[in-house]
Amino acid sequence: MTDGRDIAGEKRRGAAGPAKPVAPAAAKPEQPARYNLRSGRNIVPREGVAGQALGIVIAIMTFLACLTLGAVASVSDTAANWQRDISREVTIQLKPFDNVEMETALKQAQDLVASFEGVASVAIIDKADTADLLEPWLGTGIDIDELPVPRLLTVRIKDGATPDLEALRAALAAKVPGASLDDHRAWVDRLVTMAFTTIAIGASVLALVLTATVLIVVFATRGAMAGNRDIVEVLHFVGADSNFIAHEFQRHFLSLAFRGALAGGAGAAAIFIGLAVWAYLSRATPQGDQIAALFGGFTIGWLGYAGIAAIIGLIAMLVAATSRYTVLRHVGSLETYGRRRPE
Amino acid sequence: MIKLDNVGLRYGLGPEVLSDLSFEIGPKSFQFLTGPSGAGKTSLLRLMLLALKPTRGLVSLFGKEAAQITPAEMPSIRRRIGVVFQDFRLLDHLTTYENVALPLVVRGKEEVAYRTDVTDLLKWVGLGDRMHVLPPVLSGGEKQRAAIARALIDQPNVLLADEPTGNVDPPLARRLLRLFIELHRSGTSVVIATHDLGLMDQFNARRLVLNEGRLQIYD
Repeated sequence: MTDGRDIAGEKRRGAAGPAKPVAPAAAKPEQPARYNLRSGRNIVPREGVAGQALGIVIAIMTFLACLTLGAVASVSDTAANWQRDISREVTIQLKPFDNVEMETALKQAQDLVASFEGVASVAIIDKADTADLLEPWLGTGIDIDELPVPRLLTVRIKDGATPDLEALRAALAAKVPGASLDDHRAWVDRLVTMAFTTIAIGASVLALVLTATVLIVVFATRGAMAGNRDIVEVLHFVGADSNFIAHEFQRHFLSLAFRGALAGGAGAAAIFIGLAVWAYLSRATPQGDQIAALFGGFTIGWLGYAGIAAIIGLIAMLVAATSRYTVLRHVGSLETYGRRRPE
Repeated sequence: MIKLDNVGLRYGLGPEVLSDLSFEIGPKSFQFLTGPSGAGKTSLLRLMLLALKPTRGLVSLFGKEAAQITPAEMPSIRRRIGVVFQDFRLLDHLTTYENVALPLVVRGKEEVAYRTDVTDLLKWVGLGDRMHVLPPVLSGGEKQRAAIARALIDQPNVLLADEPTGNVDPPLARRLLRLFIELHRSGTSVVIATHDLGLMDQFNARRLVLNEGRLQIYD
């Protein structure tokens, strides 16, 4: 306590008065060597408990939102791949007929199909492969020639091509006895339905998570702002205009939110990158193939990463806008006059 | 500088806490605002600071009726009024120096432009060696002086001080009064709200006495 001291300089200042405390050049006051501003020159204090909690809430909600977005992107990509792979291949089955030489009929069917536009390749599944396919039912060491076993041709469709499968089906029926074409339409239809349902569910979950994120972040920001009401009032009464106050808080909360959202988004992105690397490294193993067949390569593509960046930006902007709105509203409540224009 | 004309104030639907107040705070004037606790001294100061709007009557500041002041003009009007709050209202995360410089910071002034003024003023109020400490470690009297320095730093036309000696011992109260008197002599209008009769007896000045919401003026 310095109460025992004189109010230093009271007499020295004399007629200059306290309201004009400009030191004369001859008596230059002692200058502090350095202004160590604890607050880093920010009028808004560094994060207290509420601010830290807000940062953590932002990080967690961003992480969950980005994880959901990535999962939806990955599932949607995988579903599209399933659909694309199946619709790029059709199968032709030749049933054995009396007096029909199977190998000749296979060759005839192969030539016929290969002549159609949009067909990339036609492969005959040979006897050994056919025996392998039947092994789970008939066991090993069977002689295909002794059994009336249907034979298969697999037809690869060129990317983006839409061959006239009906015409191909009719041509086969007319020229190759016992031939039938399976374009997997039933499977494709089911997959389209399943993919659509999966994407719709994912999009709904994403919408819910984003809505929850927005609400939680808005309320957490308002909670953190409540602790700063005194600061807003002091700034108001020392003559700061509302835009200055709002700008200070907006800058502070934008920085806080961006750091939190970046941490959450980076965490989610790291998980997707880690899963993609793991899927790549285990692609040759049976377990890896199973997972790849179900979930694809866990890749979310550049659109997925762009979505994560967009969520980070959205949340940071949302927090900044909420803090600005809250400050302006509080300053407005302090302003008892000045709402009417002069007539 | 500040003029109240037939002003009345009530909170909500309650009775009038201030009734028929008409007076003027003239340029370079000094007045004590006094009255028993709960008489409405702080409410009257808030009316003069435009932090409250009267239920009836007119308040004018610097020749302009308060209701005619636009939102854009409000900050510049407030900057002409220095205010010392009863509870100091210092920002705990800023040093004494930063608190005192705050009115200049919000006006967008560079530190190099005000450093000397702030340092000088802090020495003048006896806080020269407490510039770089935070308010929580200041004593009540030091906080009081820091709050006064903050109110004075931008050379206001009017100083409104709410119980500025309420937290200090009599010797310091006398020194603070001398500070206000010197400020008044330098051309600032001063309004000190206090119920300390001993303090008022030390300086012969106009007294605005509030009692049961009504004002009596002793020039």
